[in-house]
Amino acid sequence: MSDVLNPPQDQVVAPVVPLKPLGKVLAVTSGKGGVGKTFVSANLAAALAKRGHRVLVLDADLGLANLDVVLNLYPKLTLHDVFTGKAKLEEAIVRAPGGFSVLLAGSGMVEYSRLTPEVRDDFLRIMGGLIPHYDIVLLDTGAGISDVVLFAVSLASEVIVVATPEPTSLTDAYATIKVLVAQQKRQNIRMVINQTARLGDGRAITTQLQQVLDRFVKTEPGRPLRLIHMGDIPSDPSVRQAVMRRQLLMQSTPGCPAALAISQLAGKLEDTIINRVN
Amino acid sequence: MNASPVIQLQDLRLDDARALLGHDPSSRLPVAEESSTAYVQTIIDNLCELSLKDPLTGLSNRRHFRNVLSREIDSVARSGESALLLMLDIDHFKNVNDTYGHLAGDQVLQAIAKCLAACVRPMDTVARYGGEEFAAILPNCPVSFGLIVAERIREAIADLYISVSPLLNVRVTVSIGGAYAPEWVRSTTSLWTDRADIQLYRAKSEGRNRVFIDEQQVISVSAEEKSMLFGPLSMGDPAWIESISGDVSGSSNGSAMNRVN
Repeated sequence: MSDVLNPPQDQVVAPVVPLKPLGKVLAVTSGKGGVGKTFVSANLAAALAKRGHRVLVLDADLGLANLDVVLNLYPKLTLHDVFTGKAKLEEAIVRAPGGFSVLLAGSGMVEYSRLTPEVRDDFLRIMGGLIPHYDIVLLDTGAGISDVVLFAVSLASEVIVVATPEPTSLTDAYATIKVLVAQQKRQNIRMVINQTARLGDGRAITTQLQQVLDRFVKTEPGRPLRLIHMGDIPSDPSVRQAVMRRQLLMQSTPGCPAALAISQLAGKLEDTIINRVN
Repeated sequence: MNASPVIQLQDLRLDDARALLGHDPSSRLPVAEESSTAYVQTIIDNLCELSLKDPLTGLSNRRHFRNVLSREIDSVARSGESALLLMLDIDHFKNVNDTYGHLAGDQVLQAIAKCLAACVRPMDTVARYGGEEFAAILPNCPVSFGLIVAERIREAIADLYISVSPLLNVRVTVSIGGAYAPEWVRSTTSLWTDRADIQLYRAKSEGRNRVFIDEQQVISVSAEEKSMLFGPLSMGDPAWIESISGDVSGSSNGSAMNRVN
C-alpha cells in the first residue's frame, strides 16, 4: 500500500488553488451538529464498502472531530501528524471495522480549526495524495459554517446535507444551503433526512426547503438550485444502541430499518455518482 | 504510608514574599498567630492573586487574560454560545505622557481601567493587555449586543474628565476592535486576538475613537423565511408535529425500505 499512496512528486508540490471540485469526493455536512452527520458518513462508507468500492472517510472536522469516537478507533498517527510532517500519509490511514479506510483528524487538529493558507495547502496536498487510490472519498465535515467547513465542501463534487426534522436543524440546513449556493454556486445539493418518524416525512421536508429556497435565494439565470432527496433514515432504536456501543449500525444490526435505509442510500449514490464518475 | 514531611516555617525564605505582598494594598497579610500551614497558604494565595493582576490598574494582567481566553474558547466550542473579545487602545496616549508627564499618563490608565470595569458585567474579564492597550472578554454575548456594548464603553470613556492635577482634567478617546469566537469550533487564543486586533487597526486607521467588530460569518435566515419554512406545517399538520416530536414507537414497523424512496 505504501508505494501506491506515495503520489508523484509534482502532485505533492503542485499548488493548490482549488480549482475544480474533485470528481469522486463527497462532502457530508449539516449546519448544526448533533444531527448524525458522522454516524451517516461512517455507515454510508461501510455500506459502499460492502458493495465493493474502495472508500476512504476523511475526518474533515478539524475543530471537534469525533469520527474516532463513533468508530472506536484511536490510532497512534493521525492527519495531524501528516500535517506536521511526523507521519507519511499512508501511515495515518487506518482500516475501519466496516471495511473502509479512515484518516482521522487527531486531537492536535485544534490549531487547524481556522483556515490559514498553510492549512489549505496541507489539505489540498493530502487530498491530492488520497484521491488516486480510492473509488470514493467521503469528507465528514465539521458542524457550523466555518471557513474550514466551507473549504472542505468546496473540494467535493457532491454535497450531502444531513438534517433531522427538528426546526433548528432545518433552519441550519437551510442556512448552510444558502451559503453553498451563494459562495460556491452549487446547483445540486443532496438531502438526507435522519430520524424521520414516518414514511414521506423526508421528502416533504426537502420539498418545503426547496420552495423556501426558490422564493428567497437568487440564482443565476439558467442555473437553478435543485435539492435532490436522497432518502430518509427512519428513527430506529437500534441506532442508539449501536452508537452507545460504538459500533457501526451496518455491522451490529444490518437488518434494522435504519441500516436498510442506509444501504439503499448507498445504492442510490452508486447509481447517480460513483458509476458516473468512474 | 509515608509520613508527611514537616517543614519548619523558619526554614522557608518567606521575607521577600511577605514584603511583596506588603506593597499591594489589596493583599491581606498573614498574621503571626495563624498555624504555619495557614500562614504559608495565605502567602501562596496572595501571591497567586498578585500574579494575575496588573499592578497599576488592578485589572487582570496578560497572563490571566490568556488563561481566561483559552477557557472561553473551550466553552464556546462546546456550547456554541457566542463570546466577544474586545481590544481597546487609547488614542494618542503618547501625547498625554509627553504633555502632562508619565504620572498623569498613569492616572489616565487607572481612570480608564475603572471606567471599563464599570461598563461590563461582573462575569466579564477586563485586562490590561499592554502599555495603553486593554482587553475585555465577554462570555455569552449575543451577536446583536456586541456593538452596543463596545459603543457604550467608547462613549463612557470619551465622556470622562480625568483629573490629573487639582487644576487639570484630561480627556481621551479609545479605539475598539472586536471579534467573536467561532461558534462550535475550537479556535486558538492567538487567532482570536489577531482577528480583534485587525479590527482595532481598522478603527485606528479610519480616524480613531470608533468601534469595529469582526462578526462571524453571519448567515441570516429572516423571520419571513422561517415562517415559510415551518409556517404551513406548524399551523397544525399533525404528521409534522408527530414527526418532530420523534414518535419512535411508530417508526419500526418494518416498512423502512419504502421510506427511503
